[in-house]
Amino acid sequence: MKKTLKVLLISFLAMSLFLVGCNSSKTNENAGGKTDNGTSAGPKKDTLVFARGGDSTSLDPITTTEGETFKVTDNIFENLLSYGPQDTTVQPGLAEKWEVTPDGLTYTFHLRQGVKFHDGTDFNADAVVFNFDRWMNGNADKFPYYTMFGGYKGEPGHVIKEVKALDANTVQFTLTRPQAPFLKNLAMSPFGIASPKAVKDEGDKFREKPVGTGPFKFVEWKQNDRIVLEKNPDYWQKGLPKLNKVIFRVIPENTARLNALANGEVDLMDGLNNSDEDSVKANDKLQVIERPSMNVGYLGFTTNRKPFDNKLVRQALNHAIDKESIIKSFYNGKAEPAKNAMPPSVEGYNDDVKDYEYDLDKAKALLKEAGYEKGFTMDLWAMPVARLYMPEAQKVAEVIQESFSKIGVKANIKSVDWATYLDKAAKGEFDAYMLGWTGDNGDADNFLYTLLDKDSIGANNYSYYKNDQLHDILIKAQTETDQAKRNELYKQAQVIIHDDAPWVPLVHSRPLLAATKDLSGYLPHPTGSEALTNVEFK
Amino acid sequence: MLNYTVKRIFSLVPVLIGMTLVVFAIIHAIPGNPAQVILGQRATKEAIATLTRELGLNNPWYIQYFDYLKALLHGDLGISMRTRGPINEEIWPYLAATLELTVFAMIIAVIIGVNAGIISAWFSNSWFDYAAMILALVGVSLPIFWLGLMGQWVFSIELGWLPTTGREDVRDPVTAITNLYLIDTLLGGRFDQFGVVFKHLILPSMALATIPMAIIARMTRSTMLEVMKSDYIRTARAKGLKMFWVVYKHSLKNAIIPVLTIIGLQTGLLLGGAILTETIFGWPGIGRYLYDAIGYRDYPVIQSGILIIAGIFVLINLIVDLLYAFVDPRIKYTN
Repeated sequence: MKKTLKVLLISFLAMSLFLVGCNSSKTNENAGGKTDNGTSAGPKKDTLVFARGGDSTSLDPITTTEGETFKVTDNIFENLLSYGPQDTTVQPGLAEKWEVTPDGLTYTFHLRQGVKFHDGTDFNADAVVFNFDRWMNGNADKFPYYTMFGGYKGEPGHVIKEVKALDANTVQFTLTRPQAPFLKNLAMSPFGIASPKAVKDEGDKFREKPVGTGPFKFVEWKQNDRIVLEKNPDYWQKGLPKLNKVIFRVIPENTARLNALANGEVDLMDGLNNSDEDSVKANDKLQVIERPSMNVGYLGFTTNRKPFDNKLVRQALNHAIDKESIIKSFYNGKAEPAKNAMPPSVEGYNDDVKDYEYDLDKAKALLKEAGYEKGFTMDLWAMPVARLYMPEAQKVAEVIQESFSKIGVKANIKSVDWATYLDKAAKGEFDAYMLGWTGDNGDADNFLYTLLDKDSIGANNYSYYKNDQLHDILIKAQTETDQAKRNELYKQAQVIIHDDAPWVPLVHSRPLLAATKDLSGYLPHPTGSEALTNVEFK
Repeated sequence: MLNYTVKRIFSLVPVLIGMTLVVFAIIHAIPGNPAQVILGQRATKEAIATLTRELGLNNPWYIQYFDYLKALLHGDLGISMRTRGPINEEIWPYLAATLELTVFAMIIAVIIGVNAGIISAWFSNSWFDYAAMILALVGVSLPIFWLGLMGQWVFSIELGWLPTTGREDVRDPVTAITNLYLIDTLLGGRFDQFGVVFKHLILPSMALATIPMAIIARMTRSTMLEVMKSDYIRTARAKGLKMFWVVYKHSLKNAIIPVLTIIGLQTGLLLGGAILTETIFGWPGIGRYLYDAIGYRDYPVIQSGILIIAGIFVLINLIVDLLYAFVDPRIKYTN
């Protein structure tokens, strides 16, 4: 018995010689068969495969702050209000119209009628009340973005005093104090209205089985691989969505994702390398799509560390970076040089601020004035990951290092894994660090207060920048409901920030996507996620 | 033999426990708070503090460790901090994807590697020998990253023979039963899909097979050369046996032992070390599951994932040890 097995094993190895031959011939046979995965002409394509770099962490949008989730949930859920197709102006959503009292404390929303959740239950005022009750009774761990409303129920900062259903199709919000970006916040991806029945039935599993009112219904989620959505046949906008099925696929590597697109395995991809733009343009089956910019990439200084506690030093370093050449080399021109901490697409942007021009002599003079004529040595921390606002941090750091060396500042480039990076940045352990921010709701508050107010130290104010005058302006702007007056306040704030120079604002990038040529109706949104309602194949 | 096997299996327990301790110590030594990472750049201080408390991360390390070990003994691998899902359920599809890829890659590596080594030894110093050994040298030195992307470019985009990424045609997905897709397509009676899944396996497994193939070929060649110089081979040839049988039966039997060791080690390595291949080919395997977990400081997933890979690794080594005795009757395991 044992001997036969032995002979078998040996003959397996011997046979393997021939198998090599068979193996390759089988390959050819298979390959020769059918190669195209339905990309060639035939019936009209109605399935979209959207390839992206990472998986969603949850499909219940309120439970996360992560953009890969919203790319999917924007198609399943809808909000009371929505944004414009490619800007953050407030538009009707599940609420058709709304009124605000002059004191800015009472908002009345008239809901769209005849809308149903994917599970067949009715969308109505009770559903809205249910969702807000669920969120405001949570905590920052469960529903992190609810902090956009100033905290949770019972906390002093919470702006929503009450949400009540006046009748089946009217909801009234009473606020404790005016909140200027209130309507914009309602349109943010996390605040998609979920089916109360599904939330109750599924409990913790709702994050894997989302039910909303959106153009697409959830079908399947295979982690780190694919998420499948199908058309909601009862969608309230007649004739929409145009696609029958949407499949989100994860392909982590940018070049491999482009290969998959070029081979017809996917129809749309995000995260196109700037350096690959020309090759996509040269391919007559593909097209490049630009996402409007709502971000800022910057070099921050930790302002409580020497010598960065000296404003003159920070200003000197601002003069020592050539933003134009960075944009030309690493963004393929797809970015604007930044002079403010917020992008021009956000209301209240101050275009009168004059950027610190690239001038090494001025930089040297400022260093001399600050008492650092001979320069100094510093650590320059570069992000270990690619982000839309900073696709190649290490290389940009090298350019900065080079220019700093010309004014006698020796910068040692350092890096560490992303988790540690954020941790160290929050603790203020870096001399200077590269980072960035993509806006959540298109409001200036979401950039200036979140990133540079003294309240945000320990959270997102990694520079430990503190200016009381700025703080007063930003707090005032939060409750000012007259948009023109708010804009004035934010313009003042930008002048102060510019002068204090806690950062070198580097760029506002325009992220690139690529798609097959026959794809139309796709309008990427500046927030980074959008519903695919109008997408179709020509 | 049976006694030996049982004893070996029991001796794995302390090894695995030791492993949990080492992994636990290392991942808790690296900086970075999982709560911060889970909640992201936008989190408030309070949120981070709350989550840290909820995840039990402010307990002393030994309490965290014993909690983990206790659950493990109940067969509970824990809850992923990032997705909040039970790891017991989450891990199998990833593991199955990696197993399928690894087994396929190792079949390629063994078949080509062993035979290339044998033929090189048989016709040593011939042009085939030189060519094969140069190729093997190139094979060990090639970066998988480059090889994978080039493979995609040549075989998918230029020639259009093979798909670039993934395990299946997502427009016509496989119904998962065992999560081993080759088997699932057969169980589902979808022979057309079997072909599609097979084609998806080729590029990533070739990329993954390159290094082990080269190592196996070189190892086989050197042991074969040694064996073929020995007296009994000369006798076998002298009594007029055909060269083919001398090589594939008499020599290989003695030469295969060290090769088996290498095959075992390489299989283990591929299981945990396929991250690059999985990344380039968008393969939803255990390597990427772990890699993402490390990025998110998802301690339970890191611990359980490494434990499972390590468990399989030692199991493969056990199987290889048992195979020795099976191939070579002079090796006997007694008490």
